[in-house]
Amino acid sequence: MSGDLRELYQQLVFDHYKRPRNQHVLGQATHHAEGHNPLCGDEVTVWIDVADGIVRDVAFEGGGCAIATASASLMTEAIKGRPVADVERIFEAFHRMVTGKDGGTHAGLGKLEVLAGVREFPLRVKCATLAWHTLHAALERDSKPVITE
Amino acid sequence: MKVERGVFAPARGDLDVARLRADFPILAECVNGRPLVYLDNGATTQKPRVVIDALARYYERDNANVHRGVHTLSRRATDAYDAARATAQRFLNAASADEIVFVRGTTEAINLVASSHARPRLAAGDEVVVTAMEHHSNIVPWQLACEAAGARLVVIPIDDAGSLRIDQAEKLIGPRTRIVAVTHVSNALGSVVPVARVVELAHRHGAVVLVDGAQAVSHIAVDVQALGCDFYAFSGHKIFGPTGIGVLWGRAPLLAAMPPWQGGGDMIRTVSFEKTTYAEPPFRFEAGTPDIGGAVGLAVALDYVTAIGLDAIAAHEHDLLAYATERLLGIPGLTIVGTAGDKASIVSFTVDGIHPHDIGTVLDQEGIAIRAGHHCAMPVMKRFGISGTARASFALYNSRADVDALAAGIESATRLFA
Repeated sequence: MSGDLRELYQQLVFDHYKRPRNQHVLGQATHHAEGHNPLCGDEVTVWIDVADGIVRDVAFEGGGCAIATASASLMTEAIKGRPVADVERIFEAFHRMVTGKDGGTHAGLGKLEVLAGVREFPLRVKCATLAWHTLHAALERDSKPVITE
Repeated sequence: MKVERGVFAPARGDLDVARLRADFPILAECVNGRPLVYLDNGATTQKPRVVIDALARYYERDNANVHRGVHTLSRRATDAYDAARATAQRFLNAASADEIVFVRGTTEAINLVASSHARPRLAAGDEVVVTAMEHHSNIVPWQLACEAAGARLVVIPIDDAGSLRIDQAEKLIGPRTRIVAVTHVSNALGSVVPVARVVELAHRHGAVVLVDGAQAVSHIAVDVQALGCDFYAFSGHKIFGPTGIGVLWGRAPLLAAMPPWQGGGDMIRTVSFEKTTYAEPPFRFEAGTPDIGGAVGLAVALDYVTAIGLDAIAAHEHDLLAYATERLLGIPGLTIVGTAGDKASIVSFTVDGIHPHDIGTVLDQEGIAIRAGHHCAMPVMKRFGISGTARASFALYNSRADVDALAAGIESATRLFA
């Protein structure tokens, strides 16, 4: 097994794939959006409940592959309780990390750093960012489904 | 390869796969440090040296526009283009080369028929019949045509094995049916559709039958006259030819009755601002400069396949399919999607707890190319209640060793995900 593959599929990724956190419908949500990865047909719905500029709660349904599901799960953990203003910044840093544009620093991403291995698999960037793009759309109150293309 | 029967019979069919593999330069490539195992032939096939050389030779020696110049190169290019049409005619056993229209591929062929044959004829209340296992390209053009006419799209269901429900076809094809559009081989399941039977049902009601042969032509010998259909479409790149070229075969009287679908050079007889008259088929449907080089390459690919023999290819691939089915079913948690009795060269599967995309990534690291996803057949995936499958699709150059590599790769994925 190649080192790249081991780095992509780390134990924490498997953990979040097999036991996703916050994977349920969120009854009370201020925003939600649906995302769709046309490459594989996977769909994800993200709900977010914002009050006083703080992400009070966030949840998702669907997902798909190990990378998409783990990324969605890790995302919910990373942003819950954070100011909405931080969310965009974290997404940008995350995106730079998985596309290999942050020079390997990926500072301040915490647990999300476990997905850094995606940078060696450009075809999987869409999987890793599907939930994030959907979250972004939810916050923008974009009613159209998101397509990661 | 000559094998004495009853003594030692490793593989049915008499293909010398090792020699054939040497015809395909790309098969010597390493991918991610491993020798390439190419099992994505349903998406596109690799090209033999003769096709690559034919393209280079055409552009190096013969390139000019067709049907225009009086100069020598234009004559050579025109001759080569016309010869390619004759090759396609022989390949499909069409009655005449004038029944062969060069298009970009199967998708364009179907759109041509939907737009030029179907749209002028369809009226409100008419029905277009497709099957539940069509590729999106044999669904969407008909939806567009139906929408424009107020006609209805009717879908013949498939059973749990992925076989066409002929009993349902008998009920659904009726007096309102104008067109029946069916795949010859399902790209997602590998099921072979009993086309001749469908044709019989359709013709009983005066409906026209289009067959999407994209997944069939490199695996099954096609004789359009024996099949009895009215249109047959295939893509060059799925039968070892170049991308960007394909064939629409249509019965002469049907083509003759169809208006042009694109206007431009080469498709006209005379042009004036008052009245333009159109060329006869096939030129009526080939506006603009065609893919001459592509047609030349396609003809060489068709000759290559013919020289090997589609019966020998089919026998070899059936052996591979049986072997792959047996090997894969031995992997715990693996389910084969599409278990029709009559299948061609495709194994679609899911593995418990591993998404097809992850299987694809793990296999890719081992140099094994498969397709993962919905295969542009989302209704098929919905029918089986899944979002996608992993699909291995075989061609004449694949061997049992490729199947062994695939099985080992899947087992390595199951270990990783255990």
